[in-house]
Amino acid sequence: MLEHKLLTERIDRINPLSIDDYLQAGGYEMLKKAIGMERIAIIEEIEKSKLRGRGGAAFPAHIKLMGIAKEEETVRYVVCNADEGEPGNFKDRYLMEHDPHQMIEGMVIAAYATRATKGYIYLRGEYDTAHSILSWTLDEARKHNYLGENILGSGFDFDIEIRSGAGSYVCGEEFALIESIEGKPGRTRVKPPFPTQVGLYGKPTLINNVETFSNFPHILRMGGEAFADIGTDSSSGTKLVSLSGNVANPGVYEVPFGVPIRDVIEKLGGGTADGRKIKMVQLGGASGPIIPEYMLDLTIDFDRFENFDSKTGAGAIIVMDERVDVFDVLKRIGEFFEHESCGKCTPCREGNLQLLKLVERFVERRASEKDLLNIETLSRVMHQTSLCGLGQSAPTAIFSTLQYFRDHYIDVIEHPQS
Amino acid sequence: MPNIKINGKPLTVEEGTTILEAAKANNIKIPTLCYYPDLDIKSDCRVCSVEIVGQKGLKTACSEPVWDGMEIRTNSPRVLNARKVLTELILANHDANCTACEKNMNCELQTLANTLGIDENRFENVLEERPLDTANPSITRNPNRCIKCGRCVDVCKNVQGIHVLDNMGRSNEMEITPAYGKYLSDQECTFCGQCSSVCPVASITEKDKSDEVWEALHDEDKHVIVQVAPAVRVSLGEEMGARPGAIVTEKMVSALRSLGFDRVFDTDFTADLTILEEGHELLERVKEGGTLPMFTSCCPGWISFAEQQYPELLDNLSTCKSPQQMFGSLAKTYYAKKEDIDPEKLHVVSVMPCTAKKYEASREEMRVDGENPDVDTVLTTRELGKMVRQMGIDFDELEPSSFDDPFGITSGAAAIFGASGGVMEAALRTVSEVVNEEPLKQLDFEDVRGLEGIKEAEVELGGNTVRVAVAHSLSNARKLAEEVKQGDSPYAFIEIMACPGGCIGGGGQPYNTTNATRQERIDATYRVDSRMEIRQSHKNPVITTLYEEYLEAPLGERSHKLLHTHYQKRN
Repeated sequence: MLEHKLLTERIDRINPLSIDDYLQAGGYEMLKKAIGMERIAIIEEIEKSKLRGRGGAAFPAHIKLMGIAKEEETVRYVVCNADEGEPGNFKDRYLMEHDPHQMIEGMVIAAYATRATKGYIYLRGEYDTAHSILSWTLDEARKHNYLGENILGSGFDFDIEIRSGAGSYVCGEEFALIESIEGKPGRTRVKPPFPTQVGLYGKPTLINNVETFSNFPHILRMGGEAFADIGTDSSSGTKLVSLSGNVANPGVYEVPFGVPIRDVIEKLGGGTADGRKIKMVQLGGASGPIIPEYMLDLTIDFDRFENFDSKTGAGAIIVMDERVDVFDVLKRIGEFFEHESCGKCTPCREGNLQLLKLVERFVERRASEKDLLNIETLSRVMHQTSLCGLGQSAPTAIFSTLQYFRDHYIDVIEHPQS
Repeated sequence: MPNIKINGKPLTVEEGTTILEAAKANNIKIPTLCYYPDLDIKSDCRVCSVEIVGQKGLKTACSEPVWDGMEIRTNSPRVLNARKVLTELILANHDANCTACEKNMNCELQTLANTLGIDENRFENVLEERPLDTANPSITRNPNRCIKCGRCVDVCKNVQGIHVLDNMGRSNEMEITPAYGKYLSDQECTFCGQCSSVCPVASITEKDKSDEVWEALHDEDKHVIVQVAPAVRVSLGEEMGARPGAIVTEKMVSALRSLGFDRVFDTDFTADLTILEEGHELLERVKEGGTLPMFTSCCPGWISFAEQQYPELLDNLSTCKSPQQMFGSLAKTYYAKKEDIDPEKLHVVSVMPCTAKKYEASREEMRVDGENPDVDTVLTTRELGKMVRQMGIDFDELEPSSFDDPFGITSGAAAIFGASGGVMEAALRTVSEVVNEEPLKQLDFEDVRGLEGIKEAEVELGGNTVRVAVAHSLSNARKLAEEVKQGDSPYAFIEIMACPGGCIGGGGQPYNTTNATRQERIDATYRVDSRMEIRQSHKNPVITTLYEEYLEAPLGERSHKLLHTHYQKRN
């Protein structure tokens, strides 16, 4: 079996609006278990699981937990990043709309382990359905005392509030997200200090993605070591993949790490919808690399390319067939980042516009050798010097095409439009 | 203490320092742009990016703390290339018409570009011209030169607590602007000019009035006199290239004479006069049960702040005009009469460490004849420096000379007006003696000196212990004003100066003012005081003569007309 249903196991078996369904399927049992555990033991279990963040940066989950747990502040926050603004990703929405209690249970477990006092779900503004479902879910959880005061008689108080984003992509970046919850414009902050030290309202804050929190109950149920057996050495567990583009069966699929990208596209997605040849695939989303068809045997894992950070990212796979022009894609991506940069740091504020101008020269086939050199240099400098992930990863698509589709660039230079 | 390596050189540095601090302590230069000493670390410009061995991305030296074993490269090819690209990106969205810019040869961006060897910009110029804000008398804002470093936002929001400026919009359309892109004069701007003082380029500058002064000086029908504020003599030297805290009073007077002023006077004189008026006002308020605490009123930034944000406290403000304006009204009346000059032909210039003084001089209340301003033109220390350079004067080589009579004999009490706490100390030197009716044994009130944000002291006045306080920077002023508003203020007399450190840290002072340079100027201020023969305002013989000849008595009818003013709520 290519799929490995862990987080998606209950989906379509339960009514997402029914807490009884969730409870019958074993829901909140792991919260009960956690409350019976030493707090440090919960974090150790997460460490054994080798769980890495599912939002794209793949940061080891237990380090964040440990970081906040050892802070002395008594007010601490747990924040679920449900902003899912990366184009091509829709797996968090899928989890929230189909099994919302799973994520809530994960958040409460994390809150308990870190003695957090208050939780926030920072929800993408466009996710109306998820908003209604989560509001209902939080009410249900409160009624059953999985949230609120003295949870399950443990003496532990914790509640969660939903905060809606307003459509800004950068608010998925942890510090911009924190600023946004605080009611400020979505702009990142200087690190260090990190959110686990000085986060929301200046307090230690644990921020994880929807999928990351959703893994917590499963790790407690299976045990960290058993969880770590799923997937690969470097990337444990499963990954929810958002498959889109020219593909027969687009959608969300849950696969263990280590599965070849080609298998996801062909076996789960059924190949291209119209039988056309695949030209290239973008991985992770707009901020991810574009790879040619011949590289599709690469597996899904967090291992990184040499020249750019993310491969799997948040798990988007966007399939493009032979009709698609590399530079048209880069232009769309460039326009996206040029619009979404917050404007705080130089390389991102000024660089994205310049990058777009350079890409346009290639789209219009009037680029020179110098433009090629400039696009390469600027991409590298943006990647190395930008303050947050937006500016650092905005040139990733360009970088990857410079590597894998270099002939396209050369062709434009050698055959300019007359 | 961590052991690190910078460019291969092993160093032991203080725990908790940043790479930039560690480099600075070891004389290794890392260029910066958004970084400014004493302000928040913003890490926005990224120009101070350095390489840390073993890490893929570059880190900004201003924000990155050192750790044991860290190996840093501040000038590797990767770093130098990145800095160059970043600077070119900034220049591609900047009005870089350098020769037509106030800060040509004194611009941090220009210096950076030069240091990095930028002789060509690889990027397309993307500047979209935006209109200038020239709608107020003090400050000009040119958005086309803004490089979005955020220093002005930081100083306005965090140091002054005014928050008139902030980032608006995003990506390359992000602007630093007053709310909704309005004029500064539509906002609660106090024109303190701290933004202009920290701007690395010439995006925010004082409204330059040197041409107006040249015109007056070249007009043979005009009798042009100048007054110089206490703080300028300890900062003009810096503007002319000397060390911070150099005292250049006598060269400054000579320079002003060389520029062609008919008389060179000292605002210190009317500072002494202020003490007489304000001291008596305080005593009268105490005696008659008037509104207390009484706030000083020398600082126009503070006056604007109070009028805009604390209209309920306007009765607490001393009605005394500032020394600048007392000088102006005396010049246009007493002096004009004495010298038989038609006030219409008298042009009064003042040199101030301050941008808000330009606004103050333009106020309707500051016209004794109801029509013409008492002070015609206000220059900042920086503008005076510019005029001296324009005249080709070798400042260093000037022969010393003294202020003209009658407004040239002054006291040490007036000299310290420029430092935060100085007005308070000067007032106490006079008030204690007047009330206690015996000579003051100790003239120095150390408690109210220094850079502490809020200072307080207790003084014995006629058998009662009176508490006084001093605040500098408007965020500290707000704290004391709030106490008064809530009715919790334990003080009888409060000195407020809008700028950090007082006037010596004013918005019109030489660029690159930091707490370290503020302290140097403060030290110099007290050196000036300690060298003075007369150190108390009421012992200034010319002040006594002035009252005998013209004003009669402090708070008298003529004083009321010429030396006092009123305030109103402003939005």
